[in-house]
Amino acid sequence: MKALLLRDLRLAVRAGGGFGLSLVFFLILCTLVPFGVGAEGGQLSRIAPGILWVGALLACLLSLDRIFALDHEDGSLDLLATAPLPLEGAVAIKALAHWLTTGLPLVVFAPLLGVLLHLPTAAYPLLVLSLALGTPALSMLGAFGAAITVGLRRGGLLLSLLVLPLYVPTLIFGAEVVRRGAVGADPTTPLVFLAGITLATLALVPFAAAAALRVNLR
Amino acid sequence: MSLISVRGLAVARGGLRVIEGLDFELGAGQAIVLRGPNGAGKTTLLRCLAGLQPAVTGQIECPPDSIAYAGHADGLKPALTVTENLEFWSAVFGGPDIAPALAAMNLTDLAARPAHALSAGQKRRLGLARLMVTGRPVWLLDEPTVSLDQGSVALFATMLRDHLAQGGAALIATHIDLGLPEAQVLDLAPYRARPGLRQDRPAGFNEAFA
Repeated sequence: MKALLLRDLRLAVRAGGGFGLSLVFFLILCTLVPFGVGAEGGQLSRIAPGILWVGALLACLLSLDRIFALDHEDGSLDLLATAPLPLEGAVAIKALAHWLTTGLPLVVFAPLLGVLLHLPTAAYPLLVLSLALGTPALSMLGAFGAAITVGLRRGGLLLSLLVLPLYVPTLIFGAEVVRRGAVGADPTTPLVFLAGITLATLALVPFAAAAALRVNLR
Repeated sequence: MSLISVRGLAVARGGLRVIEGLDFELGAGQAIVLRGPNGAGKTTLLRCLAGLQPAVTGQIECPPDSIAYAGHADGLKPALTVTENLEFWSAVFGGPDIAPALAAMNLTDLAARPAHALSAGQKRRLGLARLMVTGRPVWLLDEPTVSLDQGSVALFATMLRDHLAQGGAALIATHIDLGLPEAQVLDLAPYRARPGLRQDRPAGFNEAFA
C-alpha cells in the first residue's frame, strides 16, 4: 500500500502529473472574484466563506477523472485488481494520494486567499479546520465517481454531474462553519456534521468504489 | 498436483457466450498454448481465470494468490524509470529482488531510462519482466510476444522454461511458435459456443435485464 501511495505521489509531481493544477485554479478563482463583484470590503467579506468553499470544491473536481482513468488506460488497473492488495485498500490509497496532491495544498493556501476576499480575522482558524475536515470527503467521493466512470471516454462530464450532488452536504456545512466563524457565532454544530459526513464517507465509500471498479473491469 | 483445474467452464463476452464446456488441468511444470482464431475467446478465458470477470457456469479451482496475469497492456507508467516501474510491482507483490528480472529480459542497461523513452518491444520486455517479481506460480499470458524481435522471443522462452523448471505453470494465448516443444496445445475451436436460444443458456447477470 505504501508503494502505491509513493508511486501515485511521484507520478503527480513528475512532468504531466497535474500537481498544482487545482491550486492554480483555486488561486485564479479567488483572484477574479473581487474584480467581478467589486472591491467593496463589506460585501466581499460576507460572501468570502462561500466563495472559498465553492472554489476549493471546484478545484478538487478538476483532477478527479485522473484517479483511475490513467491506470485503466495503461492496464495497471487490471494488474492491481489481480494483485494481493485488496481493491478497497487500493481505492482508499488512491483517494489519499489525490487528497495529498490537491486537498492538502488547498488547505494550506486558503488563508492566503482569504486575505484577498476580506475574510474576517476570526474566521481563519475555522477556514483551515473546516477545509482540513471536509476535503478528504471530497477526494473520497470523487474516487467513487471516478470508479463508476472509469471505462468511459471523456467520462469527466458525467463524473462531475454524478459527484456534484454528493458534494452538496459537505459544501453546506463547510461554508456554514466559516460563515459562523466570520460573524462570531458558535460553529460546533456544522463542524460536527462536517466531521460526521467525512468519517462516514471514509468508512463506506471505498467498498462502493471497489465494487464499481470490479463491474467496470469485466 | 494440479495448480489450476477447470471443469465445464463457460465464459461470455459482451453478453454472448464464446466458450462452453471447457475442461483442462494445468500442473506444476506444464505449459499450455491456447490456439483459436480471432474472437475465439482466448482473452476472455484468461481474464476469467485471472478473476477479472465472472464465469457463466463451471468450476475453476486454484490455490489462492497463485495467478499472475499479463494482458495486452503492460501497465507501465511513462513518467517512471524502468527500475521504478519494476520496483513498484515488486513492492506490491511482497518485495522480491528485481535484478534477476531485469537480467532475464536484458533490461539491465536500460534500468535508468524513463518508460516513455522505450520502444514498443522494450516496453513489452519490461511488462514480461514484471511476471518474475510477482513470485506467483501460474502465469496467464495474453499474446506475450507482440512486438518482440526473434532474440527477445528466445529470451522470453528461456525465462518461461526456467519458470516451469521451478514448478511454475503457464497458460499462453499466442499465434506464433514460441520454441517450447514441451508445451501442450489447447485448441479452443471445439469449445466454441453453439448458436441457439439465448434463454436456454443465459450468458450471465446482464441477461436478467435483456
